[in-house]
Amino acid sequence: MNRRDSIKALGLAAAGGALLLDSCSPKEAKQGATAVGDKLPGVTDSEHERNTKLAEERFFTTHELATIGVLADIIIPADETSGSATDAGVPEFIEFMAKDIPTYQTPMRGGLKWLDVQCQRRYGQVFMQCDNTQQLQMVDEIAYPAKAKPEMAQGVAFFNLLRNLTASGFFTSEMGVKDIGYVGNKPGVWDGVPADVLDAHGFKSAWG
Amino acid sequence: MISYQIKTNPTVYDAIVVGSGAGGGMAGYVLANAGLNVLMLEAGPFFDPAKDALQMRWPWESPRRGASTIRPFGDFDAAYGGWELEGEPYTHAAGTSFDWFRARMLGGRTNHWGRISLRMGPDDFKPTDGVTDEWPITYDEVKPYYDRIDRMIGIYGTVEGIRNEPDGIFLKPPKPRLNELYIRRGAERAGVPVIAGRGSVLTEALPGVEGRGTCFYCGQCGRSCRVYGDFSSSSCLVMPAMKTGNLTVIDNAMVREVLTNDEGQATGVSYVDTRDLQEHEVRGKLVILGASACESARLMLNSKSAAHPGGLGNSSGLVGRYLHDSTGASAGGFLPQLLDRKRYNEDGVGSVHIYSPWWADNQKLDFPRGYHIEYGGGMRMPSYGFTDWVANVNHLVPAKDGGQREQGGYGAALKDDYRRFYGASVGMAGRGTALARYDNYCEIDPTRVDKYGIPVLRFHYKWANEEVAQAKHMQETFREILHEMGAIVASPMPGPETSYGLEAPGKIIHEGGTTRMGDNPKKSVLNKWGQAHDCKNVFVVDAGPFVQQGDKNLTWTILALSMRTADYILEQRNKLNIG
Repeated sequence: MNRRDSIKALGLAAAGGALLLDSCSPKEAKQGATAVGDKLPGVTDSEHERNTKLAEERFFTTHELATIGVLADIIIPADETSGSATDAGVPEFIEFMAKDIPTYQTPMRGGLKWLDVQCQRRYGQVFMQCDNTQQLQMVDEIAYPAKAKPEMAQGVAFFNLLRNLTASGFFTSEMGVKDIGYVGNKPGVWDGVPADVLDAHGFKSAWG
Repeated sequence: MISYQIKTNPTVYDAIVVGSGAGGGMAGYVLANAGLNVLMLEAGPFFDPAKDALQMRWPWESPRRGASTIRPFGDFDAAYGGWELEGEPYTHAAGTSFDWFRARMLGGRTNHWGRISLRMGPDDFKPTDGVTDEWPITYDEVKPYYDRIDRMIGIYGTVEGIRNEPDGIFLKPPKPRLNELYIRRGAERAGVPVIAGRGSVLTEALPGVEGRGTCFYCGQCGRSCRVYGDFSSSSCLVMPAMKTGNLTVIDNAMVREVLTNDEGQATGVSYVDTRDLQEHEVRGKLVILGASACESARLMLNSKSAAHPGGLGNSSGLVGRYLHDSTGASAGGFLPQLLDRKRYNEDGVGSVHIYSPWWADNQKLDFPRGYHIEYGGGMRMPSYGFTDWVANVNHLVPAKDGGQREQGGYGAALKDDYRRFYGASVGMAGRGTALARYDNYCEIDPTRVDKYGIPVLRFHYKWANEEVAQAKHMQETFREILHEMGAIVASPMPGPETSYGLEAPGKIIHEGGTTRMGDNPKKSVLNKWGQAHDCKNVFVVDAGPFVQQGDKNLTWTILALSMRTADYILEQRNKLNIG
């Protein structure tokens, strides 16, 4: 079989010169982690049962999930290139991960509570009820590990975890993959670093 | 009502092969093609990469975005199993560690492996270091089998003429990615050679081989290949062997014991169907074990009889002894030269594009043998956790406007950092020779059984000074290479408190040595053909027969030795010496 036959065997259809996988058309792609959907071929029955069961359970309360949404959009806001974390379904993804990796549960629940207690002391209300300026003041205290005050250390640890989960969730969503510019996962031919890139980096040939 | 009735298959097979990975698959393939009636038993389900691969899936098609919660290498990886299997435990002697990776599926671990296909060299079979043991065979005796496998399965690489890194019959190698060009430049300045990778991926059509597609460069060999463009035992050996009509595969069959007669000869095996727990017995003239080094040793130790009181083929007491994995340690950083890099598809192949074969002079070093280095990085498909490092290092380079960034942060500036740093990481990992030692071993735990009632393994494994010294050398080398290529390394070099980042035994998934071959039946389990000294119709074809690995990932040698054993079986049958 040559490469052309390989691509045919994959069930790929040519569409305007671009090759798209039938099974992965944007229409069918699901946003958000709660949509576990149909079992993919190659996923085992027990894996699929576990995924479905986790998706049906609820860990975070409505208040916690709403707070996660506000924080996630502070971490990844919409800009001219793409939408925000909540646009990409990040809170639903974090909800799933808290059940998938139970060691996240206490740091997340406790971290959210820590944040609300801090805000209650400073501003007389929980984080969600604070105005935007107050929310950002609070986040500024925990978003910069190197300059955060020692008494903020627990908040820093919580924010580090939430930042990683938010970025993971956003940049692995369909919107985020497009934003970050990953253009692979397509059948083709790899013939080494493109000539203009070789030039720009001072390499003389494809083998350096 | 539960009845304990054993179902007995009336057929007497010419050979029963236990396990369908590289070793079992190759033995089954050769024997079935020679016309023998072969039965293959696999503990896991049937797996066909054409149907079951999660190749070309996007991260959002996994609810955990490919995280490693269920499968150790992530949701899309083609291994059913891992270091822990539900209901199939193993134990450790106090103060020792070993992590045992098992893939329960047709083709075993060959569905997800890195396809890095290195020959052991003349000095690996006959070491000259005065520390490690020699094999009863030489490179020249194995070379014809390596050659046949190169032609039959396909491997890319470049002819280099390095004495202990023998060349094969190569397809064209994939060209380096951009980060790999920087790595090569840095490594050469650090005195470390870098050559084209050697991987079992069809970068071009393989003459005389039908039914396999050519690589289309998705970089996802670890998910197994729907067009059979890389080597998996399932796609390249077992399924083609089934097409001869001579190989029958029973899946979900966990072998309990090798059955023997009063003279101590094997007569077949017993197994349990893992779905309905029905017990079965099958008869065969030969029994060939390819269940993986530790699983085959476990099976032999669990097959006790009057003729084999210490376990089948274990009069030497050495079954389970000399267990050894590869050493492994790694380091990484990022290249400021690659920030804000141009986007294009650099998926390439799913095996390595470049690597460093062992280069140094051991006379100047405090450990025998050596290691090779594998490299990674680049604009890979996003998956769970792939951005975690960015917020730790975003203060280490000036911002786009030349100003100073604070570590961490949030908002538009952070969002842009994730884009900026994407594809700028580099990583490297050493894979080296761990010493095969009598004192590192697995045995039957006298008190524990798995969910099928089969006694489980207990491991005894400790690293020694040689492995730790090697890991230290790896870390120093990695730092030099990273420095020479202009990379920024955010993490401090691991020190003696972590054995220099040396991975726990078993983590590299290169375990072997548990049924070592040799000429002296008191000092080895198998003869140089992989045949049990104590039981002439039992053979082992996984990594158990390895006397001492080199730093060469072992699959290509498992394939070569299994093919050689299968040839020997055919020759002995013709002489009427066996089965």
